[in-house]
Amino acid sequence: MLRRFRLEEPESVEQASGLLSHHGESARIYAGGTELLLVMKEGLARYERLINIKRIPGLDQVTMENGAIRIGALATHGKLEEDPILRERLPAFARMEHNIANVRVREVGTLGGNLSFAEPHADPGTLLLALGATLIAAKGSARRQIPGETFFLDAFETALEPDEILTEIQVPLPPARSAASYLKFGYLERPSVGAAVFLALDGERKSIAEARIAVGCAGPRPKRVGEAEAVIKGKSLDESSKLIAQAGQIAARASEAMSDLHGAADYKEHLVGVLLKRAFHNAAQECLSGQKGQGQRHG
Amino acid sequence: MANALAKAGERQLIPVVFTLNGREQTIEVEPHELLLDVIRNRLGLTGAKKSCDMQVCGACTVLVDGRPVSSCTLLAFEVRGRKVLTIEGLAENGKLHPLQQAFIDHGGLQCGFCTPGMILAAKALLDQNPRATEADVIDFMEGNICRCTGYKSIIKSILAAAETLRNKNSS
Repeated sequence: MLRRFRLEEPESVEQASGLLSHHGESARIYAGGTELLLVMKEGLARYERLINIKRIPGLDQVTMENGAIRIGALATHGKLEEDPILRERLPAFARMEHNIANVRVREVGTLGGNLSFAEPHADPGTLLLALGATLIAAKGSARRQIPGETFFLDAFETALEPDEILTEIQVPLPPARSAASYLKFGYLERPSVGAAVFLALDGERKSIAEARIAVGCAGPRPKRVGEAEAVIKGKSLDESSKLIAQAGQIAARASEAMSDLHGAADYKEHLVGVLLKRAFHNAAQECLSGQKGQGQRHG
Repeated sequence: MANALAKAGERQLIPVVFTLNGREQTIEVEPHELLLDVIRNRLGLTGAKKSCDMQVCGACTVLVDGRPVSSCTLLAFEVRGRKVLTIEGLAENGKLHPLQQAFIDHGGLQCGFCTPGMILAAKALLDQNPRATEADVIDFMEGNICRCTGYKSIIKSILAAAETLRNKNSS
């Protein structure tokens, strides 16, 4: 049962952030509602007002500009899994979107809402960290860039100011000979552990020019693990495939895995290692084959 | 349109004009009213079921502009200007939709609780992809849970309906 609340429907980002400033903590931004309405139904959160931002035009587009892919925060998961730019240029992201929850959640839930809500058992944050994403926050007419690594502070807590609204997610266009892979495991409705690897090979396709590793779901927030990246960066593919287990151990410790319904902490740490290794091999394979993975829906 | 100046605590009513099973409806809802409650309790259509109440099971599935949504967690005002289809609107002129007939013919239901959601989700799939394979069906229907049939007969029903629909459209 939902308690009564008032609805505000601003037509611009400026109006929306003005409403947030004015009403403070008694108001919350509402987009797809797939996370927010659940906690409100359970009585875990109560707001006097919801600010529906879906009437603000132009916030759900995917475009390519100045070496980056710009994803509007209001784009639904369902739109993103089918988006031609993402399927061609960020196939791992399109596949991750396709594997979020179920078709009904994807139809309504938005990427911006997912990130802003910062429920730890979610997929997009982890992969976006590995893709080197930057988030754009709006307050009035001002815009601020938030590097992905500093966005997630804790479970359900982000770097967004109380009157800021996430409007866009920017992902740098991946270079040639690069690929990413995101894998997750879970036996409940939400993922228990997620792991993402981004690799870019050098011109000879022999060694790893750039590596980004991120883990999520196991602990309170998605985390990029620089220390694990350093283990494989600059190494040949052969060497790094031997070193990936070591990188996995570092990432497992960094994941801040917690014991909960999804499993014991040591079990989740083990899964981080397993998933990272598989994600590494998937990404390496895709770098070598140069295949962008259009149409592939899994992995 | 919500009035930003309206006082909190005062009842806020939002006019919702939408198409329900092919007929235009005009209602007023409060912001917190959920589509499932409005459809079941105010409009008397009880095919969509409240079950998990958290978008996991699919028993409350209805189609909005042809796409499946969990009506248990969709605010009713969201259907302003849109087309909503529930299981009650699927049969035409007293004739069952090929999906409904296939579920009967192939034992795709037992207790029937999940069936309205199953059939509507399957309709969304087949409208989008008339040549859906078994793998496509399994992938798309992942979010609809049945506790009786064991899924095999559901998949069989959907594939059989897909064939019927293809034959119907090519003839």
